[in-house]
Order: sequence, then C-alpha cells, then structure tokens
Amino acid sequence: MSRVLIIADHDGKRLGGGAARCVTAAGKLGAAEIHLAVLASPGGPIAAEAAQITGVSKVLVVERAENAHPLAAVLAPQVVKLAAGYEYVLAASNTFGKDLLPRVAGLLGVGQVSDLMSVEGPHTFKRPIYAGNAIITVESPADVKLVATVRTASFAAAAGGGSAPIEVVGTEAALPAHTRFVSLNAANNDRPELQSAPRVISGGRALGSAENFKIIYALADRIGAAVGASRAAVDAGYVPSDLQVGQTGKIISPALYVAIGISGAIQHLTGIKDARTIVAINKDAEAPIFEVADVGLIGDLFKIVPELTALLG
Amino acid sequence: MKILVGVKRVVDYNVRVRVKPDGSGVALDGVKMSINPFDEIALEEALRIRERGQATEVIAVAIGPEEVQTQLRSALAMGADRAILVKCDAAVEPRDVARTLLAVIGQEGIGLAILGKQAIDDDAGQTGQMLAALWDRPQVSFASKIDIKDGVAVAMREVDSGIETIEVDLPAVITSDLRLNEPRYIKLPDIMKAKKKPLAITDMATLGVSLAPQFKVLKTDAPPQRARGIMVKDVPELVAELKKRGVLS
Ligand SMILES: Cc1cc2nc3c(=O)[nH]c(=O)nc-3n(C[C@H](O)[C@H](O)[C@H](O)COP(=O)(O)OP(=O)(O)OC[C@H]3O[C@@H](n4cnc5c(N)ncnc54)[C@H](O)[C@@H]3O)c2cc1C
Repeated sequence: MSRVLIIADHDGKRLGGGAARCVTAAGKLGAAEIHLAVLASPGGPIAAEAAQITGVSKVLVVERAENAHPLAAVLAPQVVKLAAGYEYVLAASNTFGKDLLPRVAGLLGVGQVSDLMSVEGPHTFKRPIYAGNAIITVESPADVKLVATVRTASFAAAAGGGSAPIEVVGTEAALPAHTRFVSLNAANNDRPELQSAPRVISGGRALGSAENFKIIYALADRIGAAVGASRAAVDAGYVPSDLQVGQTGKIISPALYVAIGISGAIQHLTGIKDARTIVAINKDAEAPIFEVADVGLIGDLFKIVPELTALLG
Repeated sequence: MKILVGVKRVVDYNVRVRVKPDGSGVALDGVKMSINPFDEIALEEALRIRERGQATEVIAVAIGPEEVQTQLRSALAMGADRAILVKCDAAVEPRDVARTLLAVIGQEGIGLAILGKQAIDDDAGQTGQMLAALWDRPQVSFASKIDIKDGVAVAMREVDSGIETIEVDLPAVITSDLRLNEPRYIKLPDIMKAKKKPLAITDMATLGVSLAPQFKVLKTDAPPQRARGIMVKDVPELVAELKKRGVLS
C-alpha cells in the first residue's frame, strides 16, 4: 500500500485552508497512510490544527528557525528529505503550493501534475487546461513518485475533530541563504477568507473607484460574505490583488457567488465554475456572465446593490 | 548581465478553445497564436532592466516548431537583442523545458532568467520553479515588482495572503505576475528593425538535452457546462429566489 505526504500550507501563523482539501484528494488514492508535514517555526500551533483533520494518520513537524516564513527555496530541500518513502507528494494549488512543489519536483527530478481535480485511478488524474476550457486525463508511471498540486475547489475539506499523533522530525538538509524574507503586507481583514467562504460578493470594473467599491463591502458584511474582484478591478486599484478571482487569481467554490458589474471573461469564469449558485448583476443583457449565472438581474448596480443591502438588513 | 526571457507560443487569450469531438485534444487549426501574455510581461520587465542600464543584453528563448519564429520576431520587435529557437516538434513537458533552458543558461552565462508565471495553454505554472531548482538558484514566483541592486533582487510577490517582499541573490529565476508591468506596443519601425536582429536556431541534441516525458495524455474532454439559469426582474424577486434556493436565509 502506498503512502501520501501532504505539505501543509500556512502563512507562518495559521494552517491554510488547502491542507484539509488535499486530505480529501489523498483519500481517493487508496493509500494506506496520509501524513501531513508542517514546516514552520514555531510549528506547534499549526501542527495542532493539522492534527484535527480527519483522515490524517500522522502530522510531521519540522521546526527550524529558517522555516519562520514559507520560502520555497528553503522548504524544498527539506521536503525532498521528507519525501523519501512516499509514493505521493501533494500540496494545495494556492500560492504556497504553486511556489513550492515545482521546486520540489525539480529537485526530485520528476514532473508534476498541476491542479489535480479528480483521481481516476492510483496513477490517472484529471486536470484543467486552457483556463478550464478543456480537461485532460493524464497517466503517470507507477514507479515514479507523483508530485501534484491539488485544485482545492474540486475537493471538499476533510472534517475536523480528528486527533492524529504529532511527531517532531529533523531534516539535515543544507539550506540556502540566497533567499531572504523581507516582509509580508497582509491584507488585514476581519472578513471571511475568500478561498473558503461559503458566500462571496465580487465587484468588477463597473464599480469605477475604491470609494464606490464600499457598496460591495457593505453588501458582503450584511450577509457575512467574503469579497472578491475581477482582474480589471484589481488592476485599477479598487481592491488589493489578493481579492482577484480567476485563472490567475483564486479558484473558489462557494455556495453563493454574486458577480456585480463583471462581464464574465473566460479568465474570470475559470475561478467560479465550481460555485453552487452564481448570481449576476449587470446592466448589459448580453454580458457573457449571464450564460453561466443561475440567477441574473439586469440593471444598474449603483441602484441594485444598495437596495439589496437594505432589503437583507 | 545577460537576461534570458522564455517565450512560449500559445493560443491567443481571446480565443475560446474547443475540444475536438474525438477527445484527442483541442482544435488548433487556423486558431490565432500569440506570445503567452505572461511572457510578454517578463520580456517587458527585462527590457526595462536593460534600459535602466542594469543589463547588457536580453535574449528571448523559445522551444517549439519552426512557426515559433513568428513569436520570436515579435519579441525582437518589442526590443529583445537576439533570439534563440530550440527546434522541437514534440510537445515538451515543463521539466524538459526547464532542462533545456538550463542548457542555454549555461551556454550563454545568464545572470537573470525571467519567465511567465504560467502559460495560458497548459496552465501548469511549473517551469520557472523547476528551472530554479535545477540551476540551484533562488526563485521569485508571481513577481509584481522587481528592484535590482548590487547583485541582489528585491521583489514583491502576489501571494494569497497579500504582498510578500523577498530578497534574492543573483543569478535567479523570476516569474512574472500580471501586475508586474504593462507591456509596450510594437511600432512599425520596430518590426522592420527586428528583421535584422539575430535569431539562432538550434535543437535539443545540440544542447545535450534529450526529452524525457513522464506523462501520457489519455484523453481531452470538454468541461461540464453549467445550465443557463433564470432571470429575475427586480431586487425583491432576486432575494425571494435566493431564499428559495436556500443560499440566503
Ligand atoms: C493572461 C490573462 C489572465 C487573466 N486573468 C484574470 C483573472 O484571473 N481574473 C479576472 O477576473 N480576469 C482575468 N483576466 C482579465 C479578463 O480577460 C477580463 O479583462 C476581466 O475579467 C474583466 O473584468 P471586468 O469584468 O470587471 O471588466 P469588464 O469586462 O470591463 O466588465 C465590466 C462589466 O460591468 C458592466 N457594467 C458597467 N457599468 C455597470 C453598472 N452601472 N451596473 C451594472 N453593470 C455595469 C458592463 O456591462 C460589463 O459587463 C485575465 C486576462 C489575461 C489576458
């Protein structure tokens, strides 16, 4: 029976939302054991969170001072040491995993499956290409260690309530000094996290300014939703870049997604295809967003959004 | 310092690709091809670094069939000093692209490699990081700002939790995010000038690289389509509909 090693995503303080989804994906591989590795300093709090994910057989903690901030060049040699004895190495396909895993694969001398979206067999997987406009089924040789990033929107998070043993492990890997953390300008935000929120309200170019974008925040706050945005809204500086949804931003799967003043370019739609209910508010009846929306409302957002916020109060 | 920029020929981002009915791939006949948009951004950044006097030469490198010369000529028209086409008609996995670029890096004595963070055809997002691993040099993925000074690059990266700033020693590999810059437009005289710029053609064997594909693509499917929904006429109707669907209480 095979073994799966998942590299837990974190921001240095808290476990990211991707790990629990990777556990669900790993469960479909028919593996005997699923281990979750936490490379952090301090590692304790993150490991304690990780241990609660059901389905995890063991949490491995590598607590070196160098791991205080997740730098791929520093983490990758340690992951390579840890990966011995595992048939699969997985991480979430968020910026943590996308940065780290190809470097791990490079060091291991193997290829990678990016954005694994379904497990068809122990060595056969589906993944999207062309912004999700085509899905390929790929097969990897059984005797090659499989390195993959997991498309988190395709897998539900494994439940909490578990209590996996936590094992502190050392790696003697020599770590490079050529890459140094300077700072993280975190969007300090009391709102729900975009990637895991069950409800998301997104605004597009039509909002016209950061000031106007406040009506999106107000609506989101009214129903406890996270806020998202199109690339155009981010590029124009209305909102920070970590709110971008789409092919090159975040891929999300909320129960409710409300696109307001967003035209529905394919690059944006890629990010929301897995939403259960998509609502579109747009003044242009021909906007492509209406082709994918479950519920559409044609009209001026500057009239509709305040009315909606008021009605939900 | 010489800068290498990776250039990939991909289906233009405005094209809505169609999966072939027999599941053998996507239909590419007669489809408009362009430089991968992220590679254009990578090239623009390299040109700006050179224009600031911090690089001596920008070399655009592509791997692919003969036709890729069109995209390399565009790169030259944008301002690359010269181009290298590594001719290869087979599909090349990111790992082999990284191995090939590494061979070029060794041959040319490259001080900085800038690639796109992903190509919009296979959306793999691997090549830069794999190249950095094989080269045993730092990587800055998803860069949205780069400052170069005294053999060090200070870069901002777009990460899920915000903007991270890191510092790396050169040589290094940087992958470009969308907001790194806005690529310049090519002007007609530039196209004329580009015709005279050197475009060398080589192949994997000459570079000492042999392809070692790992994956077999068994089939290509169209994604499941979302059914067209309903239209509501006003806000009260919208709220009623969402409550009915159980997504609002
Ligand atoms: C390589 C690449 C990657 C990309 N990645 C992404 C990505 O990850 N995410 C992403 O979102 N985009 C991405 N894009 C950009 C994408 O192609 C679109 O340009 C972008 O999504 C458009 O944003 P928008 O819908 O806000 O703006 P627009 O397309 O300008 O749409 C604005 C909409 O607002 C409507 N509107 C205007 N005024 C009002 C009003 N008063 N009331 C109601 N409606 C109104 C208009 O009818 C229109 O439909 C990418 C592009 C490229 C080339």
